[in-house]
Amino acid sequence: MAASGCRGVRSILWKYGSCGKNFCVSRSKTVPQLPVRQICVSSSLWKKNLAAAGPQKFTQEFIDKQVEEFEVGKRHLANMMGEDPETFTQEDIDRSIAYLFPSGLFEKRARPVMKHPDEIFPKQTAIQWDAEGRPFHFLFYTGRQSYYSLLHDVYEKILAIERHQDKMRNKGLFTSETKQILLTGSRWLLKEEIEEYLVENISDHDYVRLIQLMEKLLSMPYCSLEEEFILKFRKQLEAQSSKHEIPALQYDPQGVAFSVADGRRKTAKASITLRDSGSGNITINGRNYLHCFPLLQDREQLMFPLHFAGALRLAISRALLSFVSEGEVERIRQAGLLTADPRIRERKKPGQEGARKKFTWKKR
Amino acid sequence: MAAGVLTGVRQVLRGPRLVSAVFSCHGQTFSSAAAAPDTGETKILNFPLTQPDYFRLSELFTLKDLFEARVHLGHKKGCRHRLMEPYLFGSRLDTDIIDLEQTAEHLQRALNFTAHVAYRGGIILFVSRRRQFGHLIETTARECGEYAHTRYWKGGLLTNASIQYSPGVRLPDLILFFSTLNNVFQQHVGIRDAAKMNIPTVGIVDSNCNPSLITYPVPGNDDTPVAMEMYCRLFKMTINRAKDKRRQMELLKGISASV
Repeated sequence: MAASGCRGVRSILWKYGSCGKNFCVSRSKTVPQLPVRQICVSSSLWKKNLAAAGPQKFTQEFIDKQVEEFEVGKRHLANMMGEDPETFTQEDIDRSIAYLFPSGLFEKRARPVMKHPDEIFPKQTAIQWDAEGRPFHFLFYTGRQSYYSLLHDVYEKILAIERHQDKMRNKGLFTSETKQILLTGSRWLLKEEIEEYLVENISDHDYVRLIQLMEKLLSMPYCSLEEEFILKFRKQLEAQSSKHEIPALQYDPQGVAFSVADGRRKTAKASITLRDSGSGNITINGRNYLHCFPLLQDREQLMFPLHFAGALRLAISRALLSFVSEGEVERIRQAGLLTADPRIRERKKPGQEGARKKFTWKKR
Repeated sequence: MAAGVLTGVRQVLRGPRLVSAVFSCHGQTFSSAAAAPDTGETKILNFPLTQPDYFRLSELFTLKDLFEARVHLGHKKGCRHRLMEPYLFGSRLDTDIIDLEQTAEHLQRALNFTAHVAYRGGIILFVSRRRQFGHLIETTARECGEYAHTRYWKGGLLTNASIQYSPGVRLPDLILFFSTLNNVFQQHVGIRDAAKMNIPTVGIVDSNCNPSLITYPVPGNDDTPVAMEMYCRLFKMTINRAKDKRRQMELLKGISASV
């Protein structure tokens, strides 16, 4: 009852029901009726303890309503954009939202987004047992059913592969040169990603144990049978080489090979043509480069200190790629000559001298 | 909801010859205040109790099967537990030999009890802490439609269930221990916890185990793969038989009620 936890002003009204007279007779059969008290409590009791409530839980009906609204909204959006509602995919939605709500925010996650509710609302554990109280999952009583059932499945696959291996050995068809799974360019999912996948918390030790088990699965010769399963737990790293296209060599009427490339740094843009003549002349805006950079000592190398030169450097490196072999391309990339410098000039803020510099601080 | 679940469980285990479990939860004792039960329902529940071996479990194994599965092999003389001495036939070259006649008797009783619990829709939990057989036991439990716990046993799983799981969880009605020791050769915490929570236990006790807190001990070998496979097979067959029998009785009751 609230009486024990009540603070503040309270007024008590005692109220006995008619059960008082028949109390002794029915005591063995029914739970004795307790007196009902009317108690006035302070507001501290009905304020929700927000910290103790934990992460917000969404009911299944709420999620279903959100899904419905999403589907309806998708059709409206398709009609607005003049496209067919039936074949309106998620990419089209993203494109339309970017068009209708243009945002200058740098953080992509802060921009307006319209996605299916399953991707927005975090996955939650539903009620775990049926009407009779029997849990659905056979490992429910371990406390961590998803994690242990994952370990169980992985071990089951290991045993299946061992049985397959034995069968091949019996038939005399066993070879170590089987199709290997390509693991370069991907990494194991992190502990946080696994927790999200399992909707359960796991400790570092458990994570290490899971990765060890997956490595054991990978160490077997016939592991390619379970390739799909393993790749579910590996995340592809952003392949840097695939994004960059090397401009193709073009030939002008004299038969000289040349390539064109662009580069940008801060607000400067450079567009260059690199010719395979071999004379070594550098012409900028029609003038010799000595006239543009007369004060530099190391202008023979490509480490120009000016920002204008940064755009030139990037453009030259890009143009050079088509003339140069694969190994050299890697070396150029490793030297950092192909990374576009994303820094731009930060705006000046009111109340300050510049972007960061403040006015002189006076103590009094 | 908790009240409804608990009275349901009490009806399930209401058998005079079975362990009389008084479920006390949250400091309140629920008396058997159910309304007058349906006669068809009571007949289904009480009829199997009229015969000693209703599920004919003695057909499932013979003494020779136990011997061939090497159930009689115990540990060395130095590992012997004092309380296991009544169950030992003797020792040969320092290895203790378990008396298979007693084992057969105990196993029969244990299987019979398991069958009755499964017949009444009870939750059965398979527990073992042996890493070699963990996968086998989990697979057996899944095939029977029951539950398994062959992993690290967290502190309050039975005694603090409403916090460890969710409030209103139903605890197992029977716990089967396929090995009563944990990985440091101490008694499994689950045995003591089950005794505290009035949950009956069936346990395969080897010659180095303590059989005292277990309701239906079955003296036998828990180290050999052949023996473990045999136990798993026997328990799986018992549980499946009991469940099939229950389904049959429900169908018959349904037919006779409509007739």
